[in-house]
Amino acid sequence: MNELSSSRFVNVGERTNVTGSAAFKKLIMAGDYAKAVEVARQQVENGAQVVDVNMDEGLLDAELAMTTFLKLIAAEPDIARVPVMIDSSKWEVIEAGLKCVSGKPIVNSISMKEGEEPFLEHARKCMDYGAAVVVMAFDETGQADTKARKVEICERAYKLLTGIGFPPEDIIFDPNIFAVATGIAEHDRYGLDFIEAVQEIRERCPHVHCSGGLSNLSFSFRGNETVRRAMHSVFLYHAIPAGLDMAIVNAGQLDIYDDIDLALRDACEDVILCRREDATERLIELAESFKGKSKEDEKQAAEWRGWPVARRLEHALVKGIDAHIVDDTEEMRLAIAAAEGRPIEVIEGPLMDGMNVVGDLFGSGKMFLPQVVKSARVMKKAVAHLIPFIEAEKDAATRSKGKIVMATVKGDVHDIGKNIVGVVLQCNGYEVIDLGVMVPWSKILETARDEEADIIGLSGLITPSLDEMVTVAEEMQRAGMDIPLLIGGATTSKLHTALKIDPAYEGPVVHVLDASRAVGVASRLLSNTQRDGFVEETAAEYSHLRDVRAGKTDSVLLTLEEARANGFACDYSDKPAPPEQPGVHVFEEWDLADLVDHFDWTPFFRAWELAGTFPAILEDEVVGDSARQLFKDAKAMLDRIVSEKWLTAKGVAGFWPCARDGDDVTIHRVRREEHVRLPFLRQQVRKSRDRANYCLADFIDPAGDWIGGFAVGIHGIEPHIARFRADHDDYSDILLKALADRFAEAFAERLHKHVRTTLWGYAPGEQLTNEALIKEEYRGIRPAPGYPACPDHSLKPILFELLEAEENAGLMLTESYAMLPTAAVSGFYFAHPQAEYFGVARIGRDQLEDYAQRRGVDAATAERWLRPNLD
Amino acid sequence: MSAREAFLAQAAQRILIFDGAFGTQIQERRLSEADYAGTLGLSHEQKGNNDILALTRPDVIDAITRAYLAAGSDMVSTNTFSANRISQADYGAEDLVPAMNIAAAQIARTAADDFAAQDGRPRFVAGAIGPTNKTLSLSPDVEDPGFREIDFDFLAEVYREQAAALVEGGADFILVETVFDTLNAKAAIYAVRQLERQLGRDVPIMLSMTLTDLSGRNLSGHTVEAFWHAVRHAKPLTVGLNCSFGAEQLRPHIQLLGRIADTLVLAYPNAGLPNELGEYDELPETTANHLRQWATGGAVNALGGCCGSTPAHIAAIAQAVAGMEPRQLPHPPVATRLAGLEPFTMAA
Repeated sequence: MNELSSSRFVNVGERTNVTGSAAFKKLIMAGDYAKAVEVARQQVENGAQVVDVNMDEGLLDAELAMTTFLKLIAAEPDIARVPVMIDSSKWEVIEAGLKCVSGKPIVNSISMKEGEEPFLEHARKCMDYGAAVVVMAFDETGQADTKARKVEICERAYKLLTGIGFPPEDIIFDPNIFAVATGIAEHDRYGLDFIEAVQEIRERCPHVHCSGGLSNLSFSFRGNETVRRAMHSVFLYHAIPAGLDMAIVNAGQLDIYDDIDLALRDACEDVILCRREDATERLIELAESFKGKSKEDEKQAAEWRGWPVARRLEHALVKGIDAHIVDDTEEMRLAIAAAEGRPIEVIEGPLMDGMNVVGDLFGSGKMFLPQVVKSARVMKKAVAHLIPFIEAEKDAATRSKGKIVMATVKGDVHDIGKNIVGVVLQCNGYEVIDLGVMVPWSKILETARDEEADIIGLSGLITPSLDEMVTVAEEMQRAGMDIPLLIGGATTSKLHTALKIDPAYEGPVVHVLDASRAVGVASRLLSNTQRDGFVEETAAEYSHLRDVRAGKTDSVLLTLEEARANGFACDYSDKPAPPEQPGVHVFEEWDLADLVDHFDWTPFFRAWELAGTFPAILEDEVVGDSARQLFKDAKAMLDRIVSEKWLTAKGVAGFWPCARDGDDVTIHRVRREEHVRLPFLRQQVRKSRDRANYCLADFIDPAGDWIGGFAVGIHGIEPHIARFRADHDDYSDILLKALADRFAEAFAERLHKHVRTTLWGYAPGEQLTNEALIKEEYRGIRPAPGYPACPDHSLKPILFELLEAEENAGLMLTESYAMLPTAAVSGFYFAHPQAEYFGVARIGRDQLEDYAQRRGVDAATAERWLRPNLD
Repeated sequence: MSAREAFLAQAAQRILIFDGAFGTQIQERRLSEADYAGTLGLSHEQKGNNDILALTRPDVIDAITRAYLAAGSDMVSTNTFSANRISQADYGAEDLVPAMNIAAAQIARTAADDFAAQDGRPRFVAGAIGPTNKTLSLSPDVEDPGFREIDFDFLAEVYREQAAALVEGGADFILVETVFDTLNAKAAIYAVRQLERQLGRDVPIMLSMTLTDLSGRNLSGHTVEAFWHAVRHAKPLTVGLNCSFGAEQLRPHIQLLGRIADTLVLAYPNAGLPNELGEYDELPETTANHLRQWATGGAVNALGGCCGSTPAHIAAIAQAVAGMEPRQLPHPPVATRLAGLEPFTMAA
């Protein structure tokens, strides 16, 4: 239901309401406000745009419960970010609530039940406190039930309110949703009356909104969730276009209108729209068959197999079903051959039609990346089946929209994002030549020339790749090329592209934010009519960015000396005890199932360009379906990875005595009788108030202390990737890589826990949930080289040497210090309770030179490593 | 013509100039305990209680006010930032709150009227109400996030008492400034509404938020836009930002406010950021240059200074923006504008 996801329809969370939620009521009655606050948090995470709070319960001091709860949620930024709806039938409770809410809330509700004077008095108070208001269609004679009464009461209230200067846009009418299909004939029109009344109220009372509590509607079907959900969805489907733009509803419990069983949907529509006399009996009869069943679509699932073959192909592409694709493609080929057509027409006809549908749905936000990648998998399989026939015909290949050479640059091994972009481009008719990872510029240029490519696309994840991209651009310039250069990947940015890459190459350079933009950019660059305009526009934008940047006075830098003087004064009396088990510990094969329990899923969804926090993302109105399907596929693959031991988690951790020496930490390797120097960088940007200029060395006692290090990697992915490639299965390829990344991160998290509780053992009694681990609510940090607290990737070789990571965990480094295998994490352990993460950010020349000296390299080398921190 | 109408008429023609800081000006005079305490016979030490000077050293407050008027201020504020029952309790002077505010407003009124009489240009008096040192939205006790030191009704009464005295002493407007807690500001608005009903006349409100971090939120966590939604019911004569940081850092936030607020925008930033010694050393020309740039972008209707600014800063600002076009009011579409810590808009 698209109306639900649009901002024109507001869903109000209903679960923090003691009259509507038995569970919430129980918590409030028991005084368990901490858990009650969590209910509010979940609602917001699940997409409630406004939180309704209702404490109307005979046995409660509603005023006290309301103010207590509102003050508590005010202290939770995750909850307090959305407006509150103060819901009570007692004005005193509402007013007490208004005195605790700092934003602009909604009062729910006031009415003319007790006459005009109290009504206007309450409205004036709402204006004094600054609140919008829900007005119930209720007057001195009672609650409005018919359309005429609803409209009459609302219009009267509207005139009274605007008469005292109440802003019409702050009025929300609730024309009463009553139960239908009760068996009482007078109730039959309740649904229709509401919908028609809403339409008329919105026409007669400019700027107002209409709202309603949905659960009343299906009251007679308590216990039959399928029917209730269907009724609610059908009701909204008709009421929203009529003007209902707010509802108190559990958004997770609505079905997509198109997905509701047809017979049930019809029966609900008959009841709600009052379309036939026996509507109630028919729905009750039908409802029996849905009792206890969740929504089932197996019937529909089987149905599509009976459709004509062209439509089956489209369905398979849109839904990403590959089970029958080869058979269907063959059937289509034979049908076309029988009509004396050629095999290529299968691609140019039905398959491309299907992919166009996919492209349109993706472009309009109705389909999401994981689904698109699945569609591409189906397409590839169909094409693979057709290729021998096409080749046998010795005909020219399909005409593509353009040829794009893509590569992850030299020194970098990350390719999930690049593969996704490649798939999306292929889906849209571009020919993509993917050179893979760690590709030197010479190979990129050579391929582009030999293949007469129209565009080159570069990707990279680690910061040294930014420099390598500049090199590629410079070489393209030197080679006299003029084809467009696209830049993408996690560390790239529009600003960096504008400042560093664009000036290096005279041809068009465009930063592509994510996969969904890639097609738009490529099509404009290759369009005869749009190309010049787009290129000029982009160049002008980048030039403007450079100007702005040049005119910008940077944040003030302290001298290195001043920054050191303002270093963090760590309380060394609190330093950690020496490790229980010093030395180096090797883990040949950590239990994968244990790691799965430590997964942080949110970044997994982000890799697929699905925005949201896990697990709330699974219930998200917009991407929820996509996320659930992806999660299901991921779980299925995880089961196989674990049970069939596709992957091996190898890791190593070590602890060494050390001491701080200025901004360095010197490690004493007892057995080798040698010292290893770890130079760290210090924040140099001038701090406000009493914030210190941090350096990791601050957390280490000069009089003697301990430091740790670790490296973990996930091995064995290659044969599986090769298998998926052979099977034209990009979806599984990307899925497996993304899961391997999750294993590596989970291993780092899990190993850190083992270090805290056992190996170092400074927190033996730690008991944290996985969520708490993800939020890093533990003592000690594990900063990684190449990340903000320790931005120099070139410390990795030192760390690897200390850990003998190659021998102990099978990990290697590329020339840009990317780790191999790709799914790997390494870092240092700092155990001091005051240790915290920070970003080094911009540093001055003085520190650069000092660092180079401490690191034993020349300034130019250090500058290359630290370039992102220099400007 | 009412003060509201006169102010709007002036603001339609040019960028109006507000005053600068009182605190730093008072500090420079190095007053003694005897200066502060006067003959009031209060039991607490009064040194540092700048607001009491309206009673004990009115000449000092008068001189500073006149220095700002001479520098070009169209509007001056009363020196009453902490002249409320909560803040004055620290000095044992809470019973003098009405007298303090009346006296301060009279000083400003007389000086403003004298300058207006000389050149015929109207001068306005903004009765300044600070946030007090208590907050309605935050718990001072980390163990008990639901705890509050004061409640809404108490704070509203504190504000009402101060506002009533300021109006009595001759203030044209009530300036609720340095709003770090949006709910405190809502209590002030509520209080002024009650005062209006009591007096049976319009008491125009000016609102000025202060940001506590560069991302643009105040202490209670509201974004600039959410703040505007939460206080728009006051129909303020001006809304804006003060204190916070220097003009340079404040610019994006004032621009945002300028785009959304369908009322006049008043901004009075600090004179830059404090240096290592906590002193403001931004030169008048530097401040004036920054503010001139804002004015060129059409972001403001009135400008002044907060911490660290001096009559020299105000004179430089007045000179820098003289003759420039004031900001045009935007006409945002009718919409339901709600807010939590973040804004929420429903098309209407």
